[in-house]
Amino acid sequence: MRHFIRRTGFFLVTLWAALTINFLLPRLMPGNPAVAMMARFHGHLNGGAIRAMEIAFGVNTKASLLSQYFTYLGNCFTGHWGISLTFFPSSVSSVVLAALPWTIALVGVTTVLAFVLGTLIGIIGAWNRGKLFDSVLPPIFIVLSAFPYFFLGLMAILLFSVKLGWFPTSGAYTNGVTPAFNWSYISDVLQHAVLPGLTILVTSIGGWILTMRNNMIGTLSEDYIRMARAKGLSSRLVMFNYAARNAILPNLTGFGMSLGFVVSGAILVEYVFAYPGVGYMLLQAVVNEDYPLMQTLFLFVTVAVLLAVLIADGVVSLLDPRARSTK
Amino acid sequence: MTAVLEVNGVPEKPDHVRQIRRGSLSNFWRALRSSKKAIVGSGILVVFTFLSLFPGLIAHDNPSAETYLPSLGTSSAHLLGTTSYGQDIYAQVIYGTRVSLIIAIVAGLLTTALSVIIGVSAAYLGGFADGVLSTITDIFLVLPAFPLMIVIAAYSKNGGFTIIIAVLVVTGWSYGARQLRSQALSLRNRDFLLAAQLRGERKWRIIVTEILPNMTSLIVASFLGAAVYAVLAAAGLQFIGLGSVNTDSWGTMLYWAQNNDALLTGSPLWAIVPGLGIGLMGGAFALLNYAFDEVNNPALRPVRRKAVSS
Repeated sequence: MRHFIRRTGFFLVTLWAALTINFLLPRLMPGNPAVAMMARFHGHLNGGAIRAMEIAFGVNTKASLLSQYFTYLGNCFTGHWGISLTFFPSSVSSVVLAALPWTIALVGVTTVLAFVLGTLIGIIGAWNRGKLFDSVLPPIFIVLSAFPYFFLGLMAILLFSVKLGWFPTSGAYTNGVTPAFNWSYISDVLQHAVLPGLTILVTSIGGWILTMRNNMIGTLSEDYIRMARAKGLSSRLVMFNYAARNAILPNLTGFGMSLGFVVSGAILVEYVFAYPGVGYMLLQAVVNEDYPLMQTLFLFVTVAVLLAVLIADGVVSLLDPRARSTK
Repeated sequence: MTAVLEVNGVPEKPDHVRQIRRGSLSNFWRALRSSKKAIVGSGILVVFTFLSLFPGLIAHDNPSAETYLPSLGTSSAHLLGTTSYGQDIYAQVIYGTRVSLIIAIVAGLLTTALSVIIGVSAAYLGGFADGVLSTITDIFLVLPAFPLMIVIAAYSKNGGFTIIIAVLVVTGWSYGARQLRSQALSLRNRDFLLAAQLRGERKWRIIVTEILPNMTSLIVASFLGAAVYAVLAAAGLQFIGLGSVNTDSWGTMLYWAQNNDALLTGSPLWAIVPGLGIGLMGGAFALLNYAFDEVNNPALRPVRRKAVSS
């Protein structure tokens, strides 16, 4: 319980840090970059909305920094994120809510798949260390993970869309297809998701393989493994129930941290495939200097990663008594 | 306690001590040299270093001059063809090496320096200072780095090289700092540090001459890790057009290639070759890092002898 409280406390502190960074960055930059953006807004918006944005970015407002800060925090928590410049006159929250499901489905599914597959390959590789499986699969994926996500995305487009014509080059569904819960729409969506999903999968799997394999190798030299073998247990039982079970814990702890990398890569993958998720919108916001949208998306990504870290922490402390007792 | 060496009359350390010292160091080099990963990794880096020092020897065209017909295919005059602007792709790739390599090394060094400063001082100061520094480290560890980079770079509007380096350092130091802190913690209560304290050495001197030399391998490893990170992240930033779009670099080439739909319009080499360059450079640093890992952690070294059982 104490462990849980401390982790939640850390979650809140980090969230606060992210909010504060968001608040301070435009103010710290030489010549507040939001001034130019606000100038473009004038004449489009009524007084109240303009005022709220002036406070959010610290542009020609007379309020003290501290009161701006608290108004900003209040607006963040009540969902008053302002108006998007790119998708004028939509509010930021409607743009974010439209983008969110795409990313959660794409990145969520591929991350879980990558974790499961990578861990499995790591286990089998370490168990058959030095044999064919171990000298082929892990090195290939580790080399692939040295490439930038977006580059593999480009190559996937070149090979599977341009040359072979198997999959569409961009978007999340064909323009003009009406979203409905029927097979033609679903298969269309799946077809669009294959290439971006594969790209994220292939590049993120290497990290899991490497850590799992290294943990496994460490665990395999433990006495309890020798003991289990001496008892005559089957290889599969020793491999999964004795070795992998203990080796997987550090991998789970790493889950939270690695997620940051995956999300970062996914942003570029979405950009390459023009996949209308959070990452694509973030870059659209950057290109159009749409700071309200950019700030909010940054916060959403941060909160998502933090939540995943918190959940991974919870799982680890459920599975590993040591994580609960020690600091 | 540490053995007291006879100082008067004997200017050097006893023979067996020297032998052990030299022995462990040469073991280290032998392990590194006999590692295929290390050889391949450093070989690639030597080639890239040469390219970035003397690009003019290998490519004769000006990388940004728009002097040829646009979108030519490969030929002996243009080994990789030309861009939609009529620039020689081969020359761009060769000249682009420099920026990527400099970013990797400079950002890697600065990131490592920051990691060392924060990690080691957290461990050595302990108490409240450690608490604060560790919390800051943990916060930066979980904050998603690339979105943060994008946001900072977007506000700073094409600050170019300096901004990219700064952004990489700010977002990349935390992982190394955490590792270095835990190793420094494990060193903190060793006898030789106590001896140094009893001799009356100053704190910073103890840190510089007693603690840091014992952490060399981890510091090198975190430099290599930071360099990989810098290569990939810088390429990502340049690819989306943050930083300056007019530098000759691989990421910038990819940016222009993407903006001109190079893949769809039949000049895929414009995007493929710089991407391969980025992958090779990142991979070279990563290979060195794995080799280093194996040297430091003998359990990971590949098994040479035949397995006895099963």
